[in-house]
Amino acid sequence: MDFEYSDEQKLLSETLRKFLNTGYTFDARDKIMKTATGYSEDVWAALAEMGILSVPFAAEHGGFGGTTVDMMVVMEALGEALVVEPYLATVGLGGQFVARAGTPAQQQRILPSLIQGKTKMAFGHLPSGGRYDLRSVGAKARAAGDGFVIDGEARMVLDGGAADVLVVAARTSGVDGDARGISLFLVDRGTPGVTTREYRTLDNHRVADVTLGGVQVARDALLGAEGQAFPVMEEVVDYATTLVCAEAVGAIKYAHDATLDYLKTRRQFGVPIGSFQALQHRMVDILISYEQAKSIACLASVKVDTADPAERRRIVSAAKIKVADACRHVSQEAVQLHGGMGMTEELKVSHTFRRLTSIAAAFGDAEHHLERFAGA
Amino acid sequence: MDLNYSPEESAFRDEVRGWIRANLPDTLRDKVLNYRELSKDDLLSWHKALAKKGWVAPFWPKEWGGTDWTVVQRYIFEEECEAAGCPPVVAFGVRMCAPVLLRFGSDAQKKRFLPRIYNGDDFWVQGYSEPGSGSDLASLKTRALRDGDHYVVTGQKIWTTLGHYGDWIFCLVRTNPNTEKRQDGISFLLIDMKTPGITVRPIILMDQGHEVNEVFFDEVRVPAENLVHDEGKGWTVAKYLLGYERMGTGRIAFSKRELERVKGMAAKATKNGRPLLEDPRFRDKLSRVEVELIALEITNMRFLDQLRGGRAPGAEVSMLKIKGTEIQQAITELAMQVAGPFAQAFRPVDGDDGFDRLTASLFPRYCNLRKATIYAGSNEIQRNIIAKATLGL
Repeated sequence: MDFEYSDEQKLLSETLRKFLNTGYTFDARDKIMKTATGYSEDVWAALAEMGILSVPFAAEHGGFGGTTVDMMVVMEALGEALVVEPYLATVGLGGQFVARAGTPAQQQRILPSLIQGKTKMAFGHLPSGGRYDLRSVGAKARAAGDGFVIDGEARMVLDGGAADVLVVAARTSGVDGDARGISLFLVDRGTPGVTTREYRTLDNHRVADVTLGGVQVARDALLGAEGQAFPVMEEVVDYATTLVCAEAVGAIKYAHDATLDYLKTRRQFGVPIGSFQALQHRMVDILISYEQAKSIACLASVKVDTADPAERRRIVSAAKIKVADACRHVSQEAVQLHGGMGMTEELKVSHTFRRLTSIAAAFGDAEHHLERFAGA
Repeated sequence: MDLNYSPEESAFRDEVRGWIRANLPDTLRDKVLNYRELSKDDLLSWHKALAKKGWVAPFWPKEWGGTDWTVVQRYIFEEECEAAGCPPVVAFGVRMCAPVLLRFGSDAQKKRFLPRIYNGDDFWVQGYSEPGSGSDLASLKTRALRDGDHYVVTGQKIWTTLGHYGDWIFCLVRTNPNTEKRQDGISFLLIDMKTPGITVRPIILMDQGHEVNEVFFDEVRVPAENLVHDEGKGWTVAKYLLGYERMGTGRIAFSKRELERVKGMAAKATKNGRPLLEDPRFRDKLSRVEVELIALEITNMRFLDQLRGGRAPGAEVSMLKIKGTEIQQAITELAMQVAGPFAQAFRPVDGDDGFDRLTASLFPRYCNLRKATIYAGSNEIQRNIIAKATLGL
């Protein structure tokens, strides 16, 4: 066992933080999320330039070949700065499907372009009325001529509006709820029959409801074996879950630091409010939540790469339970200890509250993962 | 970062497991796993077995018998000992008095006491709290007046764990009642409990157990050579020791074993014809404790790893104490919940035949573990420490 980030990882963290501290201030972020697209092409290009988009991908595609612990370093920094760019959707979801299930030709077509910042991706599966079970998908596909025709929907697709290429889960056989019979398709967003309705989420990210009406795709749009997508969906979603846990650790760190700073500077009754024991103990509990969330996110980052599927499911769900609880605890306490100021739009802490609220439910809330943990 | 065990670490685990299997007597193991009271002989016999093997004080410096193990090896060792049902190595000598002697003791004191602590020749206990000095320890009043080459000690200590087994007691005493800062009047004294003038009286706790005591000192004459560090420096020594005391209070490996036991019990218990373990209401409570423990296992090793190079434990161990003790208590509650109505049984009125002592021990344990968030500095005091030392509040 070894508990420290390597020198390389520390350098990665420093480089990214240096960029975010100057190029991604809270004011800069505010302007970005108010633009038409809700993210910045300049920032995206800078992330590509720094190699941040390349971290988990293989060297043969221009990637860095990084581990999930390397990605944890990235996600912590992005979380602390509340970055709204479609990084998780592109690198953590869409790109992962291609890297794990794609043919060499599919990988060659997409990954180098993704790494260079020219292709953004997203993953859609959720049906109307669905929850967190990946066995339930909103689209159906049938073989037609040389390819497939896809009909249906994918709701709440993270960064679906920004994506150039969508990974769509569609049922090709069986019935709703079956693990078998789900297939994945690479669908260019401009394909006739694909419509997207985009909206803002509670944390100022973007999602899109994607409707697929008689969408014709070629045979080589099929990603992985027909009807066999469920294991890879679970694997990639576990990976992305681990990444949001790491992102949460970064955001919790910010909430912790900002709240501690506020306790030291805000004066009432003639003294800093941090001199009151009632508040000190609550601040200590925030610190404990942070350390516990960090520990279990580290464990998930290691295990998602090295454990067998059963152990991976167990540890990823354990991490998401703890992180979801910590997201709620720390975000709510940070607002409370900031008093009225914590409620305001103008303070980053309220935006951190919003992001942590979103992460608590991302890829399954604590209750979903408690069920999965118990079954693992 | 790599949180997987290396092949060397796994081999070490096998070695420890094999040795324990060959050396832990069944009678001792059964007592531990059935929550029976351990006698002084029980505790010392296991201590001596470990000492003979060279494993009784892993974190001591090598020259005094330490093993040079990494944090991970130490944790593996602890985990294997707990899982197998080994009696605990009583902390007062090995984990508390010894680090103090190593840091502050004279050469003569080290030579005189450390080998005896290592070999389990003396049973050490702790004389810190007093009736009027609990969380506010620095207000302690037990006085030690210098008289030639002796100190004369008069006063009272309380909550002295296993004081009735004690051969020696290390005490905080007031050598000067007139200092401007009251901390500056405190000294650290080693006292042979066979010295005339010492009386030990039991305190029975709500689990009906005799674990803690009151210790009275009436004009007890202690050789001045038993003073550790300078006169008036006892508070420095006390704080140093408390860090080590708290390091042992997280008891993560112990909680891991206990949680597995509760899971095993819940798998056998039924509710509506199904294993209680599958009942979502029960299971969610259990899982949240388990998840907290998984996280704490890593937090524990992350924090202790930072002490590499010999830095004394500081505020970080307060966090381990808070979380570790909360988990210990939660597990005792879950165990009672598993037993349901049978957890009400406590003591047979007459005859022991057929009485389910294991189930009846769940409530005493639930009672007993309430102490964990109080001792070694209550969890509220631990939060004060973190607020001040780590957060700068």
